[in-house]
Amino acid sequence: MKLIFEKSVPGRSHQYLPKCDVDGVRLPENLSRTHAPKLPELSETDLSRHYTELNRNVHGVNSGFYPLGSCTMKYNPRINEEMAALPGFTGIHPLAPAHTTRGAQEVLEVSRQLLCEITGMDDMTFQPAAGAHGEFAGVLLIKQYHHARGDFKRTKIIVPDSAHGTNPATAAMCGYTVVNIPSAPNGCVDLEALKQVLGEDTAGLMLTNPNTVGIFDENILEITRLVHEAGGLCYYDGANLNAVMGVVRPGDMGFDCVHLNLHKTFSTPHGGGGPGSGAVGCKAHLAPFLPKSAMMDEGEHIQVRSFAGNFLVVVKAMTYILTLGREGIPEAAKNAVLNANYLQAKLKGTFTPAFDRICMHEFVLDLSSFRKETGVSALDVAKTLIDYGMHPPTMYFPLIVHEALMLEPTETESVETLDWAAEVLRKLYALAYEDPEYMHNAPHNAQIARPDEVRAARNPILRYQA
Amino acid sequence: MNYPNELKYSKSHEWIRYEGDVAIIGISDFAQDALGDVVFINLPAPGDEVIAGDSFGDVESVKAVSDLISPVSGTVLAVNDELEDSPELLNQDPYAAWIIKVEGVTQEEELLSADDYEAFCAEEG
Amino acid sequence: MASYIPSTHPERQAMLRAVGVESLRELYRDVPEAMYLEDGALNIPEGLSEAEVCRKVTAMAAKNHVFPTVLRGAGAYDHYIPSIVKYIPAKEEFLTAYTPYQAEMSQGILQSIFEYQTDICELTGMDVSNASVYDGASAAAEAAAMCRDRKRRVTLISGAAHPDTINTVRTYCYGTNDELRVIPVKDGKTDLEALRGLLTADVASVYVQQPNFFGLFEDTEELGKLTHEAGAMYILGCNPIALAIMKTPAEQGADIAVGEGQPLGMPLSYGGPYLGFMATTTKHMRKLPGRIVGQTVDAKGERAFVLSLQAREQHIRREKASSNICSNQALCALTAGLYMSAMGAEGMAEAARQSMAKAHYLANALCALPGVSMKYSGAYFHEFVTVMPKSEEVLRALEEAEILGGLPVEGGILWCATEKVTREELDRAVSIVKEVLSA
Repeated sequence: MKLIFEKSVPGRSHQYLPKCDVDGVRLPENLSRTHAPKLPELSETDLSRHYTELNRNVHGVNSGFYPLGSCTMKYNPRINEEMAALPGFTGIHPLAPAHTTRGAQEVLEVSRQLLCEITGMDDMTFQPAAGAHGEFAGVLLIKQYHHARGDFKRTKIIVPDSAHGTNPATAAMCGYTVVNIPSAPNGCVDLEALKQVLGEDTAGLMLTNPNTVGIFDENILEITRLVHEAGGLCYYDGANLNAVMGVVRPGDMGFDCVHLNLHKTFSTPHGGGGPGSGAVGCKAHLAPFLPKSAMMDEGEHIQVRSFAGNFLVVVKAMTYILTLGREGIPEAAKNAVLNANYLQAKLKGTFTPAFDRICMHEFVLDLSSFRKETGVSALDVAKTLIDYGMHPPTMYFPLIVHEALMLEPTETESVETLDWAAEVLRKLYALAYEDPEYMHNAPHNAQIARPDEVRAARNPILRYQA
Repeated sequence: MNYPNELKYSKSHEWIRYEGDVAIIGISDFAQDALGDVVFINLPAPGDEVIAGDSFGDVESVKAVSDLISPVSGTVLAVNDELEDSPELLNQDPYAAWIIKVEGVTQEEELLSADDYEAFCAEEG
Repeated sequence: MASYIPSTHPERQAMLRAVGVESLRELYRDVPEAMYLEDGALNIPEGLSEAEVCRKVTAMAAKNHVFPTVLRGAGAYDHYIPSIVKYIPAKEEFLTAYTPYQAEMSQGILQSIFEYQTDICELTGMDVSNASVYDGASAAAEAAAMCRDRKRRVTLISGAAHPDTINTVRTYCYGTNDELRVIPVKDGKTDLEALRGLLTADVASVYVQQPNFFGLFEDTEELGKLTHEAGAMYILGCNPIALAIMKTPAEQGADIAVGEGQPLGMPLSYGGPYLGFMATTTKHMRKLPGRIVGQTVDAKGERAFVLSLQAREQHIRREKASSNICSNQALCALTAGLYMSAMGAEGMAEAARQSMAKAHYLANALCALPGVSMKYSGAYFHEFVTVMPKSEEVLRALEEAEILGGLPVEGGILWCATEKVTREELDRAVSIVKEVLSA
């Protein structure tokens, strides 16, 4: 389709502002813009149609099945959107007098209490805008804690090799040396490997549990005990909380701090890549170090962005938690786990699971032998799924599984959808043996055929130029 | 796969040859094949120190990045700027597309002959 | 009460059988008994129906007071948002999609970001924009991180930048164990002479906000010249509405332009979601953090858009990545792009001119009152600081009249006016101030 700039006609526009009712003021000559920015000029009709056309070329959770592992693409309830759009929330200035924003403070306080209870933490901040941003704030809690005790010798953060890329990147941003430890054959933490690297220089451990291969680490209490014994702290990456919310709490597993992805676990929409909210919870001993705003709060604190964070996202998550409540939260987790296990069971005899056992909310398929036999890669399978209107699973992650496809169906999918997905995947499994060429060239009926990413990276075109 | 006899190779898949005292370093045919289409290269600047066994830059493909490991210690005399605009040269002719020239070489990693390197690659591949 | 789970009890039983277990509890066999929460053990309130939750949350919203007249800015600006800008981002596909990793089913989002990147380049005069970051403060911090290399580690930031920005940049520097020095402020502006003294050989970058926290225009070209003479990079944090009429950051000498994108169609919303824009020159393109959308062709030779230059990012470089940033604020970027397209260059310039005109009208009217004066003398955009007696009483009286007055800052009040306020509202505000002062 055309770019909006290619639809632009000079002089075409819509009037949104009234005439100015006060005298004009001229910007000093040396500060004035010499030429106008070349922004599009469209009628509102054309503008509306342009974005409607763009919207047709987007696959959302509301369009169809979205089993994107590690991303928790559950249904995003409309009521959450309606609540967040209330003028009482959208119309308030972050620096308005506190007595005029009591409702906003109540939202943050209620959300804090709910999420502290769900995670087993004592306090929480909503300032971080995304998961990785929360990790940054969380690891800085660990850093401040050690520094406040006069302990400057702890320079290392331990990260399992199955971790999301954000974990090591975060530790590096916090000035730490990253110590990668290999996973045990069952995908969990290798206790011996952990013991070997623990020491007086250990600042902490970053861990996802259930881990990135969808398994709850049965040694979790031993792991956090070992880290604490060495004087380190334990950081819980909440990416996979959907499997266990209301069933088991990171605080009870021995973690000191945690980040949540409100945009995954608590059903706020991803918006094509944000805005999210990376709330960070912590035990009491880390609470004094939570980030605050220089404009809104007293005292000296760290701060990871302006004001109180993505407030409207918190409104949505709070609405969701209040809706599900005491029974609904664990029920959602349990059904997420049931759906994943059901889909895994339905695929028996086709693609090989990387770990053949009961999984949590997601599971990983290992297509390496399948690829050797057919020449069809995980990428080819993913791209062929697009023709069936199914969003592909996460590909090539975690790195410890080769030719990985990671599926997370979430609890909001029906058994019919899961049966259909299993049937499609079975069909593709068979197709790979009959017509691999077809799959190498997939998708065949999508918005575009496979894009040339090499060309995009070698000769970057990152903006429109007439 | 091509393993020219006149070059020496490191186990991290760089090739090296000398012109007088100056070491010329690039990546092997095996390395470029394993990387796939190279889309960008991060180069050091002339005058930078390199250390045998340490990274002196990296090469990017679309979905991966790999460190370039120096087989020698010394000072960077020159870098092949052409690669910044045309990284595909590393794929097209990895032995012509040298990456850096190093002078004042003080130390050299243990290097392999073409035959030994070919055997090493066969094991890895 | 509602959990959005479709499966019925009999369906769940059948699914459990298919999995080969008796109960849901069995699926959690790896969870140690001692920490497993039995049914009802989670100590939060019982669930609510949609009707109940709607009532409850609406009641919370009602406890906030929305001022019809806003004369406060300080980093969050109350501009007019065209209706279409509110409705299009609520379309369910835009709203509920993930990051566009699968380009073949995400062209709509990718193209919207590509268009946004183009708009930001046009607005800033820079060559390359990323797909946005969290907000203006974190954009400043990311920009400063971009500039650090092995030899140059120190960041300088103007003391006239937004306090949240300064504190955020300080936090990011604390993370990497790097030094931040704040450039002193003189007469409300960055002190040029002080900067000269601070520019040592280890300075990586200098950050200046334009217009600054007090609304004043900085002598950015002079500051930039000094910065470049010292071999450091120059970062300008700009108000995007001002950019419609102001010299571009590129023309002001910036190597990196960043800013808070909230004025581009996002409501105040108690501080978020907003977005941070970030653009630079071709020379520094590969150091730009975050997602970037690029244009290419597909296997049939048709134009296509993809997430590009990914080898810079955390999921590939891991601990060697220069930033851990993963998401952008895609829906906010879409909103900003839509706002810029709806308003057009002329509409945005008009919003900028009117904001500036109304701020000056307000300043002149206030300063005509006895005892009221401007704290600083320089040229300003749509914010300014006054000195007046009885500040607290003035703001309270305005509040009672449904006007959110300026923000109390050290030694004065920081006022803001946008195109949204009318002359009538400004006159009313001034007459209330007059009343308080003459009482």
